[in-house]
Amino acid sequence: MPTLAPEKKSTRSGRPAPELIFGDLWEFDPAPETANPKLKSRYDLFINGEFVAPKSGKYFDTINPANESKLAEIALGGAADVDAAYQAAQRAFNTTWGRMPGRERAKYLYRIARLLQDRAREFAVAETMDGGKPIKEARDFDVPMTAAHFFYHAGWADKLDYVAPGRRVAPLGVVGQVIPWNFPLLMCAWKLAPALAMGNCVVLKPAETTSITALKLAEIFQDAGLPPGVVNFVTGAGATGAAVMNHPIPAKIAFTGSTEVGKIILRSLAGTEKKMTLELGGKAANIVFDDAPIDQAVEGIVNGIFFNQGHVCCAGSRLLVHEPVADQVIAKLKQRIKVLRVGDPLDKNTDIGAINSQEQLAKITALVAIGVKEGAELFQPACRLPARGYYFRPTIFSGVSMSHRIAREEIFGPVLSILTFRTVDEAVEKANNTAYGLSAGVWTDKGSRILKMSTELKAGVVWANTYNKFDPTSPFGGYKESGFGREGGRQGLLDYCQLA
Amino acid sequence: MSVNFPHAALARLFDEVGPVDCVGIEERVAKYTTRSIKKASKLWGLKMAVSMVDLTTLEGKDTPGKIASLCQKALRPHDDPVVPQVAAVCVYPSMVRHAKKHVADSRVKVASVATAFPSGQAPLKTRLGEVRAAVADGADEIDMVINRGAFLAGEFAKMQDEIAAVVRACGDATLKVILEVSELETYDNIRAASFLAMRVIREGDFIKTSTGKTTLNATLGNNQVMLEAIRDFYLDTGTAVAMKPAGGIRTAKQALQFLIAVKETLGDAWLTNERYRFGASSLLNDLLRQIEKERTGAYQAPYYFSEAAESY
Repeated sequence: MPTLAPEKKSTRSGRPAPELIFGDLWEFDPAPETANPKLKSRYDLFINGEFVAPKSGKYFDTINPANESKLAEIALGGAADVDAAYQAAQRAFNTTWGRMPGRERAKYLYRIARLLQDRAREFAVAETMDGGKPIKEARDFDVPMTAAHFFYHAGWADKLDYVAPGRRVAPLGVVGQVIPWNFPLLMCAWKLAPALAMGNCVVLKPAETTSITALKLAEIFQDAGLPPGVVNFVTGAGATGAAVMNHPIPAKIAFTGSTEVGKIILRSLAGTEKKMTLELGGKAANIVFDDAPIDQAVEGIVNGIFFNQGHVCCAGSRLLVHEPVADQVIAKLKQRIKVLRVGDPLDKNTDIGAINSQEQLAKITALVAIGVKEGAELFQPACRLPARGYYFRPTIFSGVSMSHRIAREEIFGPVLSILTFRTVDEAVEKANNTAYGLSAGVWTDKGSRILKMSTELKAGVVWANTYNKFDPTSPFGGYKESGFGREGGRQGLLDYCQLA
Repeated sequence: MSVNFPHAALARLFDEVGPVDCVGIEERVAKYTTRSIKKASKLWGLKMAVSMVDLTTLEGKDTPGKIASLCQKALRPHDDPVVPQVAAVCVYPSMVRHAKKHVADSRVKVASVATAFPSGQAPLKTRLGEVRAAVADGADEIDMVINRGAFLAGEFAKMQDEIAAVVRACGDATLKVILEVSELETYDNIRAASFLAMRVIREGDFIKTSTGKTTLNATLGNNQVMLEAIRDFYLDTGTAVAMKPAGGIRTAKQALQFLIAVKETLGDAWLTNERYRFGASSLLNDLLRQIEKERTGAYQAPYYFSEAAESY
């Protein structure tokens, strides 16, 4: 097999070791996406079908992490606002949405999906400005996938008699949902679409740093004529989230976020009648065997950890690579990372955008420093970073062992930890030796090995010869401290209904 | 298992050079198509692409007159002096001496397909004779076809020996080895055949996708497989092999996507017509049309740049 040996300084013939030059011979001009995101200067709460000011009268700033400029003011919702939202949701459930036939609910969901498609570019730009993700991801992944989730669940709304064969299903009532900042719009759809298709009404709190696209989605709900109170958005920080979780009305709480907060929620809801689903952190193993298609595996490793700056709960943050090909994989990975373009998220050629917040940047920086201190070998390409804004170079650590903190803790940034293994059993053992169990990847040319690995890996999703693939029809969720419950597919719908 | 069976030979070769995942490679190249090349970088790319064109005519009806007008186009693609000359004209062996007359005093090379192009189904002696004749008539470059039958039958030594014989017959002429990817069918085969060819050709010789005479020619996918093979071979041996996608690249937009693949896979050292070529005919006028659009800010009327290569 051809080997790559960049460490070698010269070959036997005395010639310098061959190297590839990824220089500035052909620089790309800036290619910014110019669609107007149509932002308001101030966003209110969305309660009972209307935008209303928070009872406290307080607002907080949301900023663009790409340049630290202020984008808009967001209402700071308090307990009284949360209560108003739940009262509106309960009213809507009792009077309109809960009694509406499924085929009528479907019409609203289809309408929402189509209206979102009509405004796709506007939403993509807004999502990129508020969250820092590259425009090509917002445009090619977040927005189309959001529409796909509404379409898919619209299709289910009039077929709920078949979702659990032999059983009758009924909505739960009102549900409370709290979502994270990594996929602000898409997480709205993951949470809202199955709940609404099943006939539930919702109070949802977007993440503090990324509320804008949820509130723009509220504009679409108004345009679609969704009955008042069916969906309510209460924006704010941790205290607002706690009020959403602990209110007496919701029959179910759904949360996506950190394991740390998930545990707090689980404690606070212990002893209540509320149902729960939690989708928490991950430290996924991406496992590369020696017979894998190496270049495609390298591409999958890059997709796995650098997609959305690594702000992905199922990110392939631990690379487990078979010892015979470890040097080759690492050499190719380093080369691949050299051509990743880090910078302005609105530039259509940007591969890695801005870190979501200063706080997250500080966390990533601290964990990377710990990795260096613990003796792992750091590699970062020498790319230029913009002067303002929160940016972090794509980073890989080789020589990592299971006892390193960077191999155990979720970094939630563009940082890959590389470990090696010798046998299949060792790969399984290392992959499963974590508190998490959200996802895993297997790279091999051998089909039977894929099947074996997928049964032995304790992970909600196992990707084979690919990574970070999502579809509304496919259930997503975790094992162990990555949470419970599933989102997407038939299984996701079952988490929003009572079976009789 | 006996190692004499062709199947074993293929299996050993795949083990040696590694497999290619079809879904993965197509996902990789789809990313090239989302790159947005604007303004100065676009103009640079378009001019680079013009300088990489092997302006081709390979028709039964080719005449010295047709060759003359093709050569004029190659020497002076456009009135605008910023537009470079193309890399070469590519013709059948019988047309080499006519082409040579027109471009002899320029940097434009004469390339000739040989070795019973496009099928290669002639005795080796005949194929080598054709190569020698083309070189004797003044061809600077020879585009040969590999023996696909030998490859698919697992007779790799035969395939390589034939390439080596053509290398010798070329003398100082540069060799381009056409794999005819559509007949090899799988990406695994394309990668394996690339390695077999690279092991017997010289630094600066080319591997090339296709003859342009079958249904499927150069695609971003098979271009990428071959670029990655060239990269791996270069890093392993230090020998830099050049690349020529041919057939099916008709628009400037496609050409830029192929160049982005080169930039991101092999780097700056391959962004030169010494190491990368486009085998094409109608591509040239679309490149010129886009250069003119960048210069003036407006597209010219369609009859300014014909899409038919006959009108060069």
